[in-house]
Amino acid sequence: MKIKGLENISVKKIYRFLDAYRKIIIPALILIMLALPYILNSQYMMRIVIMIGVYSILALSLGLITGYAGQTSLGHSAFYAIGAYASAIISINFGISFFITAPIAALIAAIMGLLLGLPTLRLSGTYLAITTLGFAEVIRMIALNWNSVTNGPLGISRIPRPSLFGTDLTIANNGMYYLILVLLGITTITIFFIVNSKIGRALTAIRDDETAAIMMGVKTTKYKVIAFVVGAFFAGLAGAFYAHMIRFIDPNSFTFDTSILILSIVILGGMGTIKGMFLGSLLLISFPELLRFVQEYRFVIYGLILVLMMRFRPQGLLGGQQKTDYKFPKGVVVKDAENS
Amino acid sequence: MAYLEIDNITMRFGGLVAINKVSMEINKGEIVSIIGPNGAGKTTLFNVITGVYKPTEGRITFEGQELQNKEPQEIVRAGIARTFQNIRLCKDMRVIENVLLGMHTHTDYSFFDVVFRTKKFKQIEAEKHQEALRILESIGLEKKVHSYATNLPYGDQRRLEISRAISTNAKIILLDEPAAGMNALETDALLDFIRSLKDQGFTIILIEHDMRLVMNISDRIYVIDHGLKIAEGLPKDIAKNPRVVEAYLGRRDEDAEIS
Amino acid sequence: MFVEQLVNGLTIGIIYALIAVGYSLVFGILRLVNFSHGSVYAFGAHMSLVFISMEFGIIPAIAVSILLTGLLGVAIDKLSLEPLRNKGSKPIAALITTIGISYIIQNMLMILFGSETKRFPQLLNFGSVSIFGFTMGSTQIAIFLISLVLLLVLTFLIQFTKIGLAMRGVEQNPKASYLMGINVNRVITFTFFLGGVSASIAGTLVSSYYQMVFPGMGFMPGLKAFSAAVLGGIGILYGSVFGGLVVGISETMAATYLGGSYRDAIAFVILILVLLIRPNGIFGKKGIKKV
Repeated sequence: MKIKGLENISVKKIYRFLDAYRKIIIPALILIMLALPYILNSQYMMRIVIMIGVYSILALSLGLITGYAGQTSLGHSAFYAIGAYASAIISINFGISFFITAPIAALIAAIMGLLLGLPTLRLSGTYLAITTLGFAEVIRMIALNWNSVTNGPLGISRIPRPSLFGTDLTIANNGMYYLILVLLGITTITIFFIVNSKIGRALTAIRDDETAAIMMGVKTTKYKVIAFVVGAFFAGLAGAFYAHMIRFIDPNSFTFDTSILILSIVILGGMGTIKGMFLGSLLLISFPELLRFVQEYRFVIYGLILVLMMRFRPQGLLGGQQKTDYKFPKGVVVKDAENS
Repeated sequence: MAYLEIDNITMRFGGLVAINKVSMEINKGEIVSIIGPNGAGKTTLFNVITGVYKPTEGRITFEGQELQNKEPQEIVRAGIARTFQNIRLCKDMRVIENVLLGMHTHTDYSFFDVVFRTKKFKQIEAEKHQEALRILESIGLEKKVHSYATNLPYGDQRRLEISRAISTNAKIILLDEPAAGMNALETDALLDFIRSLKDQGFTIILIEHDMRLVMNISDRIYVIDHGLKIAEGLPKDIAKNPRVVEAYLGRRDEDAEIS
Repeated sequence: MFVEQLVNGLTIGIIYALIAVGYSLVFGILRLVNFSHGSVYAFGAHMSLVFISMEFGIIPAIAVSILLTGLLGVAIDKLSLEPLRNKGSKPIAALITTIGISYIIQNMLMILFGSETKRFPQLLNFGSVSIFGFTMGSTQIAIFLISLVLLLVLTFLIQFTKIGLAMRGVEQNPKASYLMGINVNRVITFTFFLGGVSASIAGTLVSSYYQMVFPGMGFMPGLKAFSAAVLGGIGILYGSVFGGLVVGISETMAATYLGGSYRDAIAFVILILVLLIRPNGIFGKKGIKKV
């Protein structure tokens, strides 16, 4: 990119600069995030930030399935819904705290992911995508019709707030914000660990060339299922949080539109990246709020993003070849090599 | 019983017989070449050995274990790895990641170890990375560790594919036209490299068209044409075998018809 | 009661067949599930409404609508899918693109026409008819006959005309067809045109039957017709017809004897069962994998 006076700067150099100073930048970012409620000083803005957090978790979870393993899932909202409903129902009917119902709900979503994944992951790309879509619609129909459990079209209301040491966590007291930060932290770290291991390598290989992966001994179905189950778990966790934050859920909260929004975030941010999921959520969740006049065109824009990304930048904003070198584990002796 | 026994293998696709009752014996530490005209069924044979296809008839026995009905992943674990005619690297992964992928079957930590980043995980990951670097160094790719596979020049991509096969800790390595697209200099380097693999204890089965390479490096040669084994033996015998010449060049009478 | 429901099922089934055929045609030739097909169907219905409202004659209005929808199909291919083919993109890119396009079309319809349901004139009502002692609506018979004629015309086109031969050739082996002098891109364009035409007709027929249009009307029928196509073997024309009728009848029977809430679920159950038990569909063939 040629800008007068900036000839020495290139994207690569910017990335390397940021990477070199990451020991300062990352703690700084964390400090900013911790202080955010006091910087923004607006409950309205904090609501948006919390939703960015929720969708970041959703994008990270779908990112494992679609971004890393390359299995297009059009029904991710199903796990979001299962987590939300499960946590809401258990907490209301048994009076159990969110901090117990949320992991249980996430586990239930994970089990559903297993049940869906096992029979269907041997299907090829397109068929798998449509099956996931069908699955999500079936879940929505169950939520709509299983009146005794889910209250059908009326939905579930007065879902209790999470309560910690006797205090309710709300948006106003910033409790919900810090809670989502914790959940996002757990999700990010877990996914980071998974991705930087033999599991991550296996998933990326499956996406890149499934046959080559098989010929290297990767049990591809097993790893696709792992991606699905872990993805479902964290989507369920996000769902549980959402239910106790918004305190009312109905079948319309979890539609095909939701699945497509999550998919758009993953594609925009960059398949196969973690940073991209944050960027994608930030962009796609905040812009309809900040640019009110495009609200009506929101879904046209999501559609355009899908089309334009596939055409011009399928790897997304932050995906594709990384501009920094590979990070070796501690204790590995690496001789000097060419930069990537 | 030989190290690897290919016993009367027939491979039928519907009405087409791609491999017709082919038998071979591979001894430990040998370099065996399989040659023959294009479309003879050589790569299909590799596909049968590595489990991509299940043979219609016949058996494949390795170190006493029958492999013909096993999945490719089990066969890799048993110790047979391969490269591909048209290079199947993971293009969007780095050189180091491709080699680490090859080590998948012997990277032994659990899901629990990954999610909680246990000591066991860190130790094994460090070991595998070091091993990968050693393998890359032995093949001369250590300077390109960070590069993405798709950015490598052709010759390096071929070498990376071979190092990936090595990293599986295989005992037998199947090389499918490793010299394709290489010039004489590169082929010589490849020749030395394959010899060094033999010195390290690997058993090699080679599909090749480059006769200079084949004749110089092979302990024994099998010749396949139209799915049939038409000759086997030492390089000097194969070179003189009239059936082999005929398979590649055709018979004199056929040429006469044209004029 | 059973016969009445059977007639209902056949009517809705033949519509699904008409939509499913659009999926099959595109899949046959491109191995792509055209997710935007449902929204094209909705577009066709809306165009019919627009032009009929202009009152220059019902038949010309529908004709214009059909033409425009066909052109929309062509535009979808030329503007978004063809460049991907030229680039050699992965197949999943095309699928995601068609999803994006369905969003764009559906939401543009919502913006331009408003999301409420609008009234569509009843076009084919000639009163009730009594056959073999059973009463049925003339609308249903008309829909069934019109769709049947269309499907026959389509079959004739594909089996007995030059362009049909070209289509079948490209479906079997695009490279060889190209080498034989067939303009593959033109064949693909024509296929999308046909897809748009059949979607438009299906949309118009459905709207006149239920007497309503709304922007989201393509989502459910689109998915159900896809199930129908998969059931019959996607890419195979008579399979899509068979699948459409089966889905239509099953759906109607489920709604009648199990309850209205099962209407929509049946199509998905069929889809999931087919994909798990026999992914190639009833009339589909298996292919060989090459390494």
